[in-house]
Amino acid sequence: MVDNAQLKKAGSLLEPLSSSSFSGKRSGFQWRSRMESIVIPTGAILVSLAAFGAFCALAGADPFSVYASIYKAAFGSWYSFQNTLVRSAPLMLCALATAIPFHLGLVMIGNEGALVIGGLCATVVGLQLPTASPLTAQIVMAVVGMIAGGLWLTISGALKQYRGVNETISSLMMNYIAIAILNQAINTWIRDPSSLNKPSSYPIPDEQMLQPIGDTTIHWGLVFGLIACLLAWVLLSQTTLGFQIRTIGGNVRAAQIAGIPVGRITLITCFLAGAFPGLAGMVEVAAIHGRANESLNAWYGYSGILVAFLARQSPLGCILISILLGGLLASGGILQRDHHLPDAAIMVFQGLVFLVILYSESLYGKWKVFQERDA
Amino acid sequence: MSSASAGIGWLAVPLAILAGAFRGGTPFLFVSLGECLTEKSGKINLGLEGVLLFGAMSGYAISYKTGSPWLGVLAAACGGACLGVVHAWLTQKPKVNDIAVGIAMIIFGSGIAFFLGKPFIQPLAPQLPTIKIGLGDRLPSLDICPLFFVGVALAFALHWFFGATRWGMFVRAVGDKAEAARALGISVWRVRTASIVTGSALAGIGGAYLSLFYPGSWNERVSSGQGMIAVALVIFARWNPVHCLWASLLFGGAQALGPALQSVGVTSYYYLFNASPFILTLAVMILTCSNKRSLSGTPGGLIDRT
Repeated sequence: MVDNAQLKKAGSLLEPLSSSSFSGKRSGFQWRSRMESIVIPTGAILVSLAAFGAFCALAGADPFSVYASIYKAAFGSWYSFQNTLVRSAPLMLCALATAIPFHLGLVMIGNEGALVIGGLCATVVGLQLPTASPLTAQIVMAVVGMIAGGLWLTISGALKQYRGVNETISSLMMNYIAIAILNQAINTWIRDPSSLNKPSSYPIPDEQMLQPIGDTTIHWGLVFGLIACLLAWVLLSQTTLGFQIRTIGGNVRAAQIAGIPVGRITLITCFLAGAFPGLAGMVEVAAIHGRANESLNAWYGYSGILVAFLARQSPLGCILISILLGGLLASGGILQRDHHLPDAAIMVFQGLVFLVILYSESLYGKWKVFQERDA
Repeated sequence: MSSASAGIGWLAVPLAILAGAFRGGTPFLFVSLGECLTEKSGKINLGLEGVLLFGAMSGYAISYKTGSPWLGVLAAACGGACLGVVHAWLTQKPKVNDIAVGIAMIIFGSGIAFFLGKPFIQPLAPQLPTIKIGLGDRLPSLDICPLFFVGVALAFALHWFFGATRWGMFVRAVGDKAEAARALGISVWRVRTASIVTGSALAGIGGAYLSLFYPGSWNERVSSGQGMIAVALVIFARWNPVHCLWASLLFGGAQALGPALQSVGVTSYYYLFNASPFILTLAVMILTCSNKRSLSGTPGGLIDRT
């Protein structure tokens, strides 16, 4: 029943898992390895700051004032921090679609597709409920978005489980299929004829939109994102299902011998994982765009993959990384306005940070100073 | 072509598909050959979309600066190779996930391309020459870029390289079983680095084709996902360079089918049609994979991910 490839893969995943926050800690305060997990990411961020600083200097801008602007635009005031938080919400939800299946031993990159399908289905259903009360409409839209996103990712999980199709490649294909379905829908089936330059669906009625929280500009997506990350953490580290997921990720054969229903748990996990980006799609429609159009395909899904890897697949880490990345995304325009650097400068920065942090993964365990001494 | 095709009615559709297969298939061909070489060595490069954009930008910029489109192609290959060096170096570090590196490289590569390419959006760079192939008096001629023929030759050369040369065997050995290759005294690191860098250079040339021939301009939307489609295409072609050629022509033709049908009035599923390369590849994977075995022809080092 178990194929060799799956076993081999599970084996190779043991290594990163044992360094994640879920592994059993040996007793005593492991200050050396804790120092390691602080020093390495900090060092990586400093190196990428220096590299991008050099890049800015080459492009003729003062690196220090560039960083000051980025900080100001991302975290400098309550207003800009709200903007950052709004952008971090979909990142949190999308990151979970990679982080949760990773503990099963699957590398899923179908976040973008699940977000797009979730947003599209939520819109289609929302358009059918013009007379419903706002709360009903919102709940129905959210549930539909989650189911749609969940099912979308479950397809890749099922193909892996029952046909042995590689989940990374199939979920990548599913992203493009989802985007094509979105384009088809907004150009024909649900197209609002008044949207000329940017084909869009008919708009969701204003009163049914998700309102901002209190007198801030933050919408409910942030709350959903925070709750989702907490739930995912509880699920993975505190529940029986989470234990079963981690067992399958550690060793499929052992899990089967222990009587864990591998197939069913794989499907359930993929469904849960896909439900989060599906919800992100619903929030993007219901809180920001008000209709389905190509703005749904804004790379939050792909950025979510990186967030998950940078957070070392820990749901709580995803919160922190999402806020940092949200800040970067929010400061995109400022470099153009204040320093005459092209918009893409922030993409270069993002890419540099990601590459350096991914490189820093290889440094764990390399320096003797950080190894625990056996007493 | 559109003016000429008005007189020949439905014949325009197969002609447009044929023209599209050559015109739209060439970038697929280069990127997929690059990805094929990379994957044969046992590594996967999802970042070729970024390489493609960087190649498109550097090719266009150099062609504009020097006036020679062929120098542009060379620059695109060098630019692609530079990004390939980064990818090769990073993905061969322990504990570094190559899927994540690929996605980071897409962001980094396209970021650099947009950043450096901003001044070149307006000016017109000299384009690659066109070879016209006549199809008789009543039909419009086919416009083909010389790079297409380079790509065809390359596909057959790569096939020969894998099948009949010592170095080709090294690449296959490293891709199938790195430990065995190491035991034979082959440097896995060198073979993989060479394969990834060469593969990225090929993808860079594919980018130059985009900006210097068709669509023939540089802007941020010059690529319509060819780099990502190529990853699918290599699987569709089962890691065989000559099959990559046929698959590129098929996908290029499929891309042209939508607009061609639209021109004769069939518009209903135009957008859905754009997903056909992905649906086809997914179908091939579903039909040929099973829990017992992976796709035939899969390099051994990739089995747990394909």
